[in-house]
This record gives sequence, C-alpha cells and structure tokens, in this order.
Amino acid sequence: MAILIIAEHDNQVLKSATLNAVTAAARLGEDIHVLVAGSQCAKVAEQAASVAGVTRVRVADAAHYGHALAENLTALIVKVAPDYSHVLAPATTTAKNVMPRVAALLDVAQISEIVAVESVDTFVRPVYAGNVLATVRSAERIKVVTVRTTAFAAAAAQGGAAVVEALEPAPEVQGSRFVNQQLTHSGRPELASAQRVISGGRGMGSSENFALLDDIADKLGAAVGASRAAVDAGFVPNDYQVGQTGKVIAPQLYIAVGISGAIQHLAGMKDSKVIVAINKDEEAPIFQVADYWIVGDLFKVLPELSRELDKLQQG
Amino acid sequence: MKVLVPVKRVVDANVRVRVKADGSAVDIANVKLSMNPFDEISVEEAVRLKEAGVASEVVVVSCGVQACQETLRTAMATGADRGILVDTDVELQPLAVAKLLKALVDKEQPQLVILGKQAIDDDSNQVGQMLAALLGWPQATFASKVIAEGGKAEVTREIDGGLETVEVDLPAVITADLRLNTPRYATLPNIMKAKKKPLDVVTPDALGVDVTPRLTTVKLAEPAKREAGVRVADAAELVTRLKNVVHAI
Repeated sequence: MAILIIAEHDNQVLKSATLNAVTAAARLGEDIHVLVAGSQCAKVAEQAASVAGVTRVRVADAAHYGHALAENLTALIVKVAPDYSHVLAPATTTAKNVMPRVAALLDVAQISEIVAVESVDTFVRPVYAGNVLATVRSAERIKVVTVRTTAFAAAAAQGGAAVVEALEPAPEVQGSRFVNQQLTHSGRPELASAQRVISGGRGMGSSENFALLDDIADKLGAAVGASRAAVDAGFVPNDYQVGQTGKVIAPQLYIAVGISGAIQHLAGMKDSKVIVAINKDEEAPIFQVADYWIVGDLFKVLPELSRELDKLQQG
Repeated sequence: MKVLVPVKRVVDANVRVRVKADGSAVDIANVKLSMNPFDEISVEEAVRLKEAGVASEVVVVSCGVQACQETLRTAMATGADRGILVDTDVELQPLAVAKLLKALVDKEQPQLVILGKQAIDDDSNQVGQMLAALLGWPQATFASKVIAEGGKAEVTREIDGGLETVEVDLPAVITADLRLNTPRYATLPNIMKAKKKPLDVVTPDALGVDVTPRLTTVKLAEPAKREAGVRVADAAELVTRLKNVVHAI
C-alpha cells in the first residue's frame, strides 16, 4: 500500500518540512502520495509534484481548507486514509493540531515525532524532553505518524514528476472559524529550518538587548531564537521559543547566549551540529552540551564577536 | 457552564530521568512526581473562568493509579470544585485516555474541556485533539488566550510562525500552551479545604472503555552523549575555531 504525506504549506509555497517527511516516508515504501489541502493551492501541488520520490499528488482545493482548520482537514484525511498503510506529516503546529484528530476518528494510535524508522511498524521517538529514546511498535492497520523534521534530511525539491489529481473536497464542517493571524516577519531564515541559529535567554535582560543578537544573526545569516525564560519575560514573541514545548531544531551552528540550559531548552537544540554557549555563570548546565563556550559577560562578548565577524568578512 | 479539566501525574519537570539497565522502563522509584505543568495552566484557566462568573463548576479528572488522587487534591487546592479518579494500573496511552474522558464527558456534560497541550513525560501532544474528535466537538489547541462568552470561545493559538486566532462554538476542547496564564500556588488553608472536597473513583470497566495499549514499547534507551567541549578565552578564539576547526562559519 502507498504512504500518504500531509503537505505543510501556506497555499502558495510548499514548506520545506514536507521534504523531511518525504525522506521518512521513503524508508517505509516507494509509493509516496502527497495530499495538498488548501484554497487556490495549485502552485503548492506543482511544487509537491516535483519533489524527488513523490509518485502522486492529490489536491483538495476548497475555501474551507484555506486556513488548515483541524476539523475540516480531518474530515478530508479520514476519507482517504483507508487507501494507505501510513499517514505521515511533519511535526509542525499544523500537523500536531490535525493528526491526533485523524487518528482518533480512525480508531488508531498516533506515533508522535519520530526520529528514526526501524521498520514499517517500528519507530523511534523521544520522550521525557529527549532524555529517553523509545522504540515503539504499532500493530494498527493505518499508522498515523508525525515526523520530527530535524531527524530526517530534506528530500530534493526537484527531480520528481508525480501525477497530480484533483480530490473531491469533503463537506465543510461547522463549529470552528478562522479569525486572524499575526505572523512574525524578520527577514531572516525561518527558525525551524535555519542552518545557523543564535538564541538569547533571560540573561539578555530586555527586549532591546536582543538587537545585539540581531546584529550577529545578520552577519552569520542566522535565525534568532530564545529560551522559554526569555519568551515568558516578554523579550521576544512565542514563536522564537526553542525547547521541548517550542521548536525543536538542529542547525549546523547553534549559539546560546545568556541561556542557563534547562532540561526543556536542551531538548530543543541538543542535536545541533556545533553548539556554542556564552554565559557568565561558570556552572551553567548549557556548557555540558556545548562544543565551545565562553565564560563571560555577554554584553562584552557579543560586541567583540560582532567585530571579529567583521574582520573575518573583510579578511 | 461546567468545565472539565483532565490532569496527569508525571515525573517532575526538574528531574532528569534514567532508563532502567534492562531498557524496559524509566526508573521512577524515589522520583518526585507532580502535576503536568501544562495541566496546572489548564486548571488555573478553568478556575479563572469560574471567578469571572463564566464557569459554574470546575471538575478535575485524572486517569491512572490511586496516587493520582494527590494530583486531584492539588488541583482542588487551587480552586477546582471536585475530582474524579479513573482508577487503573494499566499503562494508559493517549487514545485510551481520550476514550475515558469521552465517557466522562457524556456523563458530566461540560460545555468546555481544557487540557494541557502535552504531558512532559511521553511528549505525545494528542489527548485533547483525540477527545475533540471522539466527541465531534471543535478544538482550539495551543491556546495563549481564551475569551469564552455567549456560547463561543475566541482562542489565540501559538503556531509556528506566530499567533492565530480562531473562534469555536461551545461545547469545545481547548488545550493550554505555556503563556495562557501563570498558575497560582495553593495556600495552606486551601490545601486543608481541598481534603474535604468530593472525589469520586470510577474504573475503565464501569465506563465501558477498553484501555488495552495499542503501541508496544520495544525498548528505551538514553541518547548518545555529546563529546566534551572546550572552553575558549574570548570571541577571537571562538571565531578562529569555528572557522578553522569545525568550519561552521
């Protein structure tokens, strides 16, 4: 049987998280279908069809899919799910909202945030904030799975030539309405998929001081993140949060500034390739996962770092 | 309007858990157990709705072993009116919990169920959505703000790119994210009072729910440790190392 992936998109662009899910699906089988449910989302369907490894794209285009409301997406997905052995989605906030609803209506267990595929029915997933890896086996007839994107490389966005077919939308479900969205625009790479990330914690002291991180982020082409403490203190918006309950990321370079390293923060970044920590507390737990660390006052170290990066660029 | 709040007893957020040597389970002997932090937030939100005159009664539910009664008492000490324990020693997976809660909702007829968005032990993030599905109710997950009035709730949700606001008709399921509120502490007089609040005990059998686990845990392991790092003197040394040793910039 084929594998179905629920595409993550904004009706214009297929989000790269979908490409990570395609790689996970390729470990399960060769016939990989992508469901694009949206409103005027033909462009997304085209992009999905060109992803290497995808064999078929099914497009349900209707106004009531425009905002990815869980009630409507679920009604559509449960209709097509019986054609598949697995239904996968990248573990974004959209899919985390929708997939358990799908699983419950199919009366099957969901397997959340897998980081490895052992076989068609056995998966590895982190529990306890990533301090334990659980290998779980599912005997369900349909495996509903969300995929931690950082654990799987992105499939090539080009090279595929999948069939695109229209899928009859399910009737609109009442009871839930989209009101509005306030998205954070920074002009920098998206935190979830950035190759380099610099994050600030409570030690940053204020919202204004995050400008010190913005400056270095711009020089490195990095995204800016934050610890839960910094978000709770109101220094930056919630979507900056890296951690167990925020975003889980694994960039090539992660720089933690003024972050002590609570368990729940480490859960969100400890799989980064190179970790740098800057903290004035010699005992900060963040140093235990860091490849390089500086014990010092971040208000001195950051301007120095900025100047060193300038030298590098000139040099 | 009645509000139902499910709460889970979990290993405390500050405990670093260890896997037993045979990889069969996490060692929770002599480990501090507490209410799941997200559930503290959902209890607080329900209590605030009651204080605002929107809710008339806050009922807390926990599914699990007898010791979960402590968690229910904690919730009652911060303002919940009564508790229900679904008593079982079986390892409960999210779908089973959702089915137990569905059976209780059918009995209790609340207009709103507020849950934590995820439990910090299994990190599944499933029960609220599954419960909404089984009830055929709308859902508003990852809430950072809730305004409930006139048979509707306007809920601001934390999403990957920022915030989103949805409106749901009641009855509905809401799951709480971190910034929904700051839970209060229980005061000693309220802890004493909570001991006298009603606490019913039911069983999965009595609710007619099969809680047999669907997923088999094959093994548990601790992730590989990172290699020890190096303390560097200053920004100049850091940049040199990042450029020449690990080629990260």
